[in-house]
Amino acid sequence: MIEFLSRRLFAALITLVLATIVVFAIVEVLPGDPALVMLGTEARPDTLAALRHEYGFDQPLPVRYFQWIGGLLTFHLGISHAYGTSVARLLGDRLLVTLPLSALALTLALVIAVPLGVFAAWKHGKAGDWGVMGFTQIGISVPNFWFGIVLVLLFAVTWQIFPAGGFPGWSHDPGRSLLSLILPAFALSLSEIAILARVTRSSMLDTLREDYVRTARAKGASERTVLFRHALRNALIPVTTIAGLIAGFLVAGAVIIESVFRLPGVGQLVYDSINNRDLIVIKNVVILFTILVLAVNLLVDAAYALLDPRPRIRA
Amino acid sequence: MNALSRRQLFGAAGAAAAAFSFGPEVWAEAKDRLVIGISLEPPVLDPTKNAAAAIRSLTCPNVFESLGRINRNGDIVKGLAESWTISSDGKEYVFKLLKGVKFHDGEMLDASVVKFSLDRLFAADSTAPGKALYTDIDKVEAVDPSTVKVTLKSPNSYMLYNLSLGDAGVMHPKSAATNDKHPIGTGPFAFKERKEGDSITLAKASTYRDPAAIKLNTVIYKVVKDPSAQVSALLAGDIDAFPGFQAPELVERIKKDQRFVVVVGTTEGEVILATNNGKKPFDDLRVRQAMAHAINRKELIDAESGYGTPIGSFFPPHNKAYIDLTGTYPLDIAKAKALLKEAGHPNGFEASLKLPPVGYAQRAGEVIAAQMAKIGIKIAITQLQWPQWLAEVFKGKNYDLTIVAHTEANDLDRYARDDYYWNYHSDAFKAKWKQVIEATDFAMRDELLKDCQRIIAKDAVNGYLYQLAKIGVWKKDLVGMWENAPTPSDYLAVVHWKA
Repeated sequence: MIEFLSRRLFAALITLVLATIVVFAIVEVLPGDPALVMLGTEARPDTLAALRHEYGFDQPLPVRYFQWIGGLLTFHLGISHAYGTSVARLLGDRLLVTLPLSALALTLALVIAVPLGVFAAWKHGKAGDWGVMGFTQIGISVPNFWFGIVLVLLFAVTWQIFPAGGFPGWSHDPGRSLLSLILPAFALSLSEIAILARVTRSSMLDTLREDYVRTARAKGASERTVLFRHALRNALIPVTTIAGLIAGFLVAGAVIIESVFRLPGVGQLVYDSINNRDLIVIKNVVILFTILVLAVNLLVDAAYALLDPRPRIRA
Repeated sequence: MNALSRRQLFGAAGAAAAAFSFGPEVWAEAKDRLVIGISLEPPVLDPTKNAAAAIRSLTCPNVFESLGRINRNGDIVKGLAESWTISSDGKEYVFKLLKGVKFHDGEMLDASVVKFSLDRLFAADSTAPGKALYTDIDKVEAVDPSTVKVTLKSPNSYMLYNLSLGDAGVMHPKSAATNDKHPIGTGPFAFKERKEGDSITLAKASTYRDPAAIKLNTVIYKVVKDPSAQVSALLAGDIDAFPGFQAPELVERIKKDQRFVVVVGTTEGEVILATNNGKKPFDDLRVRQAMAHAINRKELIDAESGYGTPIGSFFPPHNKAYIDLTGTYPLDIAKAKALLKEAGHPNGFEASLKLPPVGYAQRAGEVIAAQMAKIGIKIAITQLQWPQWLAEVFKGKNYDLTIVAHTEANDLDRYARDDYYWNYHSDAFKAKWKQVIEATDFAMRDELLKDCQRIIAKDAVNGYLYQLAKIGVWKKDLVGMWENAPTPSDYLAVVHWKA
């Protein structure tokens, strides 16, 4: 088990190093000059040159790469050019929105999707199955920003159960802060619920056809025991893999959902930073999320090993 | 909309507004608190560090004041200077400063502070985005604690205006370096706190010279980028005012709501089909004339849900030096085709149209492509991010056509610049513009400005489309908001809730 996980950790570190090179290369070749973005159309050539020098944009690329890596290793994330404040502080504030939002969306997705999938598999070919499949078809097709707008119109503008958007801040009003994450989490998780429910269903159908399930039924085990003890545990393996992948998608989806719900999260930070060519912010946020996704994948691997003994032994 | 009808609108609102108010935040709302929605977030909060108009709207003159102030009609009135004189040769400006002016941190304003503030704009190592506005200044002297003398190298009839812009906001040597994060000025409102990506809060400045005149205690700027989120924020009662509403197609939805007024005013933004005059076939006047004959301004304004005023040159219709030149090349497809044929393009040609990511350009782009297709010009549209547009189109001049609004005031001088992205070179215009700059008589200057408009209209340098409208949306019982945008500024000192 430990050997399996340490091998996975090593692979993750290699991935991370490669990721820094790719991220750096992409961010640096983005068309557009950060100094020109800051100084605008009336900028003079001498002011542009002075500003580029001030921010070190005129340094050679390798120097800038190692300065950046050096900063990361010593936990100095630098100063945002656009805001003039430290990237660590900017990011810290934003993570307090995006992490709870993603966690909430993922929880919603799992809590809703897995029972739906099990139910559909149990009612295979019957009305219940068709109902779930129809719902998931819609869930996959509906764009989440549109669903978000519909949720706002219904639950915030018409019925006023939830806030229409914005985020008061955890320290300011924790209750309302949580409340303002609920609609966005729903909007964000709709397509993930649909995907996870379908995966759970087909995975359950596969396991329900296995010999050991037939054996369990033959032994006279109750339907509940068969479904949940024998079938579901094995069916969850592919579901776990997909859930791990979805965690990454949730962060990407947050860019749009945060905009619809006016949430000052990491997605918005990345979007604004790309538009402002705030290079240091883009680089550090993307790398941080690479680390996060790698960590989630490691966790998934660990969960795998717990659910299924084979990778522990073979891999 | 004139002042009278606006008053009537406000009057009609009264009690109705309160009755229609709902939403969790509205009940607790005090009458000295205002929540303003903005679609573009200011990056730093210092106009001498970044060119973004959003910085100027928010901080100038609410936080930072300049020597003069541009009022709601676009006129220059007194700011930190209570009076000034300009020498007859137009080269010496003497400003008398208001006495007893304090910065928000308690520091006093005097002539040496003004000198420091102006010197850093045009200094050799200045990185101010507006440096070019002040490079005609030779020196700034503090004659005595309340007198500042500004001497120019050569006369510049726009210098008083430039010194009244937010770009020349007066800053104190002690706080200048940190104004990007925590702006400290002399204005009626002091910076209180900022949550990046979310909001900026200003509070009435206790150090202000006339605190009793300020009715609002707290002003919160909320960033709402998405147009449909802007509407839901207004309808849900989270936002009181959206001075620069960006989605004309959604205005009708707000008009239906009795709590709000929609106020349509003017801006300094000329929307043009910018044309690369240095590139074939656009270097041929006949080609540009043909395109001008093919432009249907009504269709373009319809695409903006009817908001906008047609222009035939590069000058705002509300300015008193404006002349209507929309008839220079009237809509005439046959004539346009004939001109193209004469220029050697009987079957038209292909051209690229590079669009920046702004709503009006996106909407106008489709319409222009359809209009040009009628005379055989096949337009291929490319979408660019803003930084890309700046680098590729504006700086790199690597484009055929683009659509953009030039929102600065007094920006006709662009046509006199050799290295500008239009690649337009006209000795006649340059000579005329030199006279404008050196004019000391403003009535004469207006006549010269009319000549300038005629030259560039005739040369069909760019496709002149329409003047952007300013769509303001706010609660009916809010008084004093600017209906027009002569300069990017939300002047809040006079804004208050109707009692």
